[in-house]
Amino acid sequence: MTLLAVSDLHADLGRREVLHGISFTVSEGEFVGLIGPNGAGKTTLLRAILGLTPSKGTVIIGNEVKPAPRVQARLVSYLPQEREIAWPVTVERVVALGRAPHLPGFAAPGEADLAAIRSAMRRMEVEDFAQRAATELSGGEQARVLIARALAQEAPLMLADEPAAGLDPAHQIALMKIFAGLADEGSSVVACLHDLGLAARFCTRLILLQDGRIVADGAPRDVLTDELLRSSYGVKSFLGEHEGGLIVQPFDLADGSGHGG
Amino acid sequence: MTDTSRYRLVLAALSLAVVLLFLMSLATGPAAIGFADSMRALLSGDAYEITLIMREIRLPRAILGLMVGATLGLSGAVLQGYLRNPLAEPGLLGISATASLGAVLTIYTGVSLVFPLALPLAALAGAGVAVLVVRAMAGGSGGTLSIILAGIALSAFAGAMTSLALNLSPNPFAAMEIVFWMLGSLTDRSMIHVSLAAPFMVLGWVMLALTARALDALTLGASAAASLGFDLRRTQLLAVGGTAASVGAATAVAGAIGFVGLVVPHILRPLVGSMPSRLLPASALGGAAMLLAADILVRLIAPERDLKLGVLTAMVGAPFFLWLIWRSRRTML
Repeated sequence: MTLLAVSDLHADLGRREVLHGISFTVSEGEFVGLIGPNGAGKTTLLRAILGLTPSKGTVIIGNEVKPAPRVQARLVSYLPQEREIAWPVTVERVVALGRAPHLPGFAAPGEADLAAIRSAMRRMEVEDFAQRAATELSGGEQARVLIARALAQEAPLMLADEPAAGLDPAHQIALMKIFAGLADEGSSVVACLHDLGLAARFCTRLILLQDGRIVADGAPRDVLTDELLRSSYGVKSFLGEHEGGLIVQPFDLADGSGHGG
Repeated sequence: MTDTSRYRLVLAALSLAVVLLFLMSLATGPAAIGFADSMRALLSGDAYEITLIMREIRLPRAILGLMVGATLGLSGAVLQGYLRNPLAEPGLLGISATASLGAVLTIYTGVSLVFPLALPLAALAGAGVAVLVVRAMAGGSGGTLSIILAGIALSAFAGAMTSLALNLSPNPFAAMEIVFWMLGSLTDRSMIHVSLAAPFMVLGWVMLALTARALDALTLGASAAASLGFDLRRTQLLAVGGTAASVGAATAVAGAIGFVGLVVPHILRPLVGSMPSRLLPASALGGAAMLLAADILVRLIAPERDLKLGVLTAMVGAPFFLWLIWRSRRTML
């Protein structure tokens, strides 16, 4: 079943058009990596899908065009790039905020909500500091707490902007496995990623964005080719195989890429 | 959850403090009336002198102390949560300044002498203008920086106009009256003031209380809160409109009283686990308690001199705020 259908999406920031007609669909069980150089429009695309940035075109979430905010929040969770926690509230309370779309008015969380909160904290390994102030944790720990918040939302589709940034390798891999696991369970994840190695290894599908257009969309092996990496990122890359998985490691600037060097 | 029972305890303690301070406020005044006599007089229907003092002078004063304090505490907590800025306070949006300007203009023109209710009404109108300007500047996107900047500009302009009124005041008495009014006080207010302010304050409180859930979500930033299904334009309307209605009404009847809206949320935040929604009722009660206490103190410290309430709150509030900053300087950036 299709969870997200985007067609001919245009968005501009100020006077500059950032997205020039983006179209794609995401089905249940997909872990889509959104890749592309800085300024390609990855963040704007996620924000336009959510309605946080004004856009033209059609976005269908679930079966609805522009669902009501609370309905949308039960269908899509969003992990913004900026990791803000304004007040020293406990980790458990931060994660519990993910249940807001499921709680009417001033209702207190019920059994199902508490179970979702506990399960999200367990998945992101933040249970041990559940009662500590989230602002006192390290950057990587805060990132995991905020991911747990998005997981607690239990929406079938998650849009994550640079979720792996600032995590150590073990937690990066653990996070990618959690996202892959969500996809296996029938949810979908669309994540902006800069780490091509992680994208190659764990995503079921990659969308390469450049200057606000999709230049490639398909299986990691079809998108992460030396040719495409040169033309979009301006880098030479090592492409190899290890234990049956794809390895991608950019190692130098491509000649005449215009990136200096 | 253990923090929930602690939260209930904090609310119960604050409620008790408010009740006790309210009764103490009723029992404080230049007329030497015993506590038991004063309460009996308040509840009896006769028309003796004591009953008149209690019903016409002390009761409105105590009620206004409670309502104005609750307004300042609640709106301070909402604005700090909405702007995600611990330095936010009701005065920041320019509402106190424009409401003051409206009141000052009625004193300046002499209208308030002919028609006393013109003063609070003009103050409310001033608050209304502030909301329109701040909302227009902020736009619909819910940007918080433009709200703060618009509020600062508005405060500066209203302050300049108030200074102009002082500058050009027709006689020293008008200038004196303007200055005294701006210092903030609850002296010699009547039940008419209560009934004029109450509807706006209650409306404001309801609007402010409705922001609670959105304020919690805003802890994670505007994008995250919007993605959790909160309509931030509605939250902005409720926060700014609720502050204008309640603080505008408070300024209309009591003048500008500073520092309560800034300090009270600060003191209480750690006690409620920093959750913005839990801070709202706590801060409303705390503000009421603080203002009632201050209004009792001005009557005890200098019964003959009519010490102004706003002077006392700023005098005590500002050093206390410095102490708070000093205490938390290591955890601040």
